[in-house]
Amino acid sequence: MARRLLYLLPAALFVVLAGYFAIALTSGRDPSLLPSALIDKPAPDFTLAGFDGKEGLSRSALQGKVAVINFFASWCVPCRSEEPLLMRLAEEEHVPLYGIAYKDKPENARRYLDQLGDPYRGVGLDQSGTTAINFGVYGVPETYLIDKQGHIRFRFVGPLTAEAVERELLPRIRKLEGS
Amino acid sequence: MIVEIGHYALILALCLAVLQSTVPLFGAARRNMAWMTLAQSTAVTQFVLIAVAFGALINAYVTSDFSVANVYENSSTLKPLLYKVTGVWGNHEGSMILWVFILSLFGAAVALFGVNLPPALRARVLAVQGMIGTGFLLFILLTSDPFRRLVPAPLQGEGLNPVLQDPGLAFHPPFLYLGYVGFSIAFSFAVAALIEGRVDAAWARWVRPWTLAAWCTLTVGIAMGSWWSYYTLGWGGWWFWDPVENASFMPWLVGTALLHSAIVVEKRDALKSWTILLAIITFSLSLVGTFLVRSGVLTSVHAFALSPGRGDFILALLLVAIGGSLGLYAWRAPQLKGGGIFAPISREGALVLNNLLLCTGCATVFLGTLYPLFSEDLGGPKLSVGFPFFNRTFVPLMVPMLMAVAVGPMLAWKRGDLRGALQRLWLAAAGTLLALLVAFYVTHGGPVLAVLGLGLAAWVFLGVVIEWTDRIRLGRTPLAETWRRARTMPRAAHGMTLAHLGLAITVAGITASAWQQERIDVVHPGGDLTVAGYVFHLDDVKTIPSPDFTAERADITVRKGNDIIAVMHPEKRSFAQQGATTSVTAIHTNLLADLYAALGDSDGKGGWTLRLYWKPLVPWIWIGAVFMAAGGIISLSDRRWRVGIAARARAPRGAQPAE
Repeated sequence: MARRLLYLLPAALFVVLAGYFAIALTSGRDPSLLPSALIDKPAPDFTLAGFDGKEGLSRSALQGKVAVINFFASWCVPCRSEEPLLMRLAEEEHVPLYGIAYKDKPENARRYLDQLGDPYRGVGLDQSGTTAINFGVYGVPETYLIDKQGHIRFRFVGPLTAEAVERELLPRIRKLEGS
Repeated sequence: MIVEIGHYALILALCLAVLQSTVPLFGAARRNMAWMTLAQSTAVTQFVLIAVAFGALINAYVTSDFSVANVYENSSTLKPLLYKVTGVWGNHEGSMILWVFILSLFGAAVALFGVNLPPALRARVLAVQGMIGTGFLLFILLTSDPFRRLVPAPLQGEGLNPVLQDPGLAFHPPFLYLGYVGFSIAFSFAVAALIEGRVDAAWARWVRPWTLAAWCTLTVGIAMGSWWSYYTLGWGGWWFWDPVENASFMPWLVGTALLHSAIVVEKRDALKSWTILLAIITFSLSLVGTFLVRSGVLTSVHAFALSPGRGDFILALLLVAIGGSLGLYAWRAPQLKGGGIFAPISREGALVLNNLLLCTGCATVFLGTLYPLFSEDLGGPKLSVGFPFFNRTFVPLMVPMLMAVAVGPMLAWKRGDLRGALQRLWLAAAGTLLALLVAFYVTHGGPVLAVLGLGLAAWVFLGVVIEWTDRIRLGRTPLAETWRRARTMPRAAHGMTLAHLGLAITVAGITASAWQQERIDVVHPGGDLTVAGYVFHLDDVKTIPSPDFTAERADITVRKGNDIIAVMHPEKRSFAQQGATTSVTAIHTNLLADLYAALGDSDGKGGWTLRLYWKPLVPWIWIGAVFMAAGGIISLSDRRWRVGIAARARAPRGAQPAE
């Protein structure tokens, strides 16, 4: 009898897994919390131009600061839905937000921020998308938390949610800023 | 018109697949010869029909027929012919057609070349193949029809993703699929054996070449994928433990285990139900590899966009295929009688150890791939699983396995002499020690673990060489005798030697990355950057137009001392139509180390970001993979797969009734 049960084990394991996937698939949940290959690794180097030929954003400028880098684009609808939350974070929580406009025309990105509000302390234009590729961005919006040493500590794919901000992002920022 | 013929052929193929998966099964149960042989004609006709459908789709791509939605979405008249053709499988629908095409090709091969298989076994194997075909053809026709028309037809297509316009990536999917689908034959044989209730040496002799062939192509496919990421992604990484990579790596690991355990079934008539289970799991993981990344359960860069409905279908298909076969296993496998017994220290014992380590390795990869999902649902902390996880779990498991690779082939079947084997390996041990010291000295006491890794590679390499020279008695008998032995030794033995050498070479290549040097900086034309003693001089950056894209191309001269080592031209290509850029890196290799250059962005003031790397031994990773695949092919050419199968298959020896 015990022998028979042993042979049943693979099938039983499979049923558990399949049940799990069935739930995962039908829940409609977006698997947005992806592990990043770059977590706890130095953020890729970048130097990006800003609006009107002014200085934009670079990794060296962020050195020594905790920074939340948010990839966005004016053509991206989920970014718009995320925008009010970013505004609240910048104004009420004083989160050090920096924006990278991904494959966006400068005038469009400018207009987007004029219309919806500009939560960023600095904006860089990544028109070629190279910086996003180096970060391993899956799609916009995507958000990275970088510590004072310039290491990526957290990554969030898709529009930030209030819950993710409360549970994941803010505690980490406080911890990093405290250290 | 041709497109409609293709569509129609696909529907006909589905009807035949349904027929093939039912009638021969009843025929085999009732010993009705006519019903059994039906499987052969349906398998061959199915292949012809799917080839017609595949050809119709290729034709639509080559002639740029944009009235076909799939062609419109993935092709353009501006593409070179090669990428028009490879674009066929660069998208979800087309890749599924390629999948069933390969499936039917293998099915037809079993039908045509399986003349010496027992008729009932052949009927059942083909019936199981028919079931897999039914599932996939239904999936294509119901959810991913590549022949959908567009009215009105657009004048120009949207173009293939520029990233996919690369020879490495163009041929990477077919090789992976040949591997995945090749394992379907092992699976069909396993399920057929469970239905039949009989596994014997003849069965193993049939399963092994198919597994070997699938394993070779999968090895090549994975190596191509990793080579592609190495030369295109621009920072010289070649393996990322990305879900899609893991999805192809898992069937490879279990497939490798299957390859080895099937030897035990063939030679010693033992480990039968274990081998059956491995065959089922290998193909199940292949199915997962084909599907999971597309179902929306896992997100990845490689994943194709997905429409709703497909996910559910995929899950149902996996449930039936995997759940069904594992259920059958739970029911029938206990009735399989065990065969030969063996002592723990023996060739069989070594192969069991290999199996256990490979399967545990696969389990850790599986966990690592899915853990981020599990952890979140179980309310646990969000763990990032990446290099650290795999380095800490997978790598330690591979250490004892590599140590055993050198010892295993020296042990005798049934009961081995470990001391004797180790005594024969003293030279390997001495050589390893020497390699360790040299590595330690040359790298000025670099990372200790990497030094040990190189030592491990040396151990495997020397152990394999010693085993081989012992076998042909090199240096102990006259050369003529050695030559005679080398020629008469089964090719499978040479194949094993070569594949194990390849493993050692790959391991050396992987561990040596610990010593790579890099430099990323902004340089103005005329400026220099130095990496590992090589001076990279940026001569110029030019803009070069091309019909499909605009390239910015750097001219870099590399010098060491006063010698010019190489002239390199890394490029950055901007594809206007898709708004994407790709990077074409420049690599100069002397087979011991690569010089690697990638062109980054301009700083707008005349300077350019250059990423320069010196990567020791990195080409060995892929050279090793080529050795492994070559070993598999040589083993495949062994005459025992071709000759005498019939005679032995019909012999009663080793065959047992189930009930």
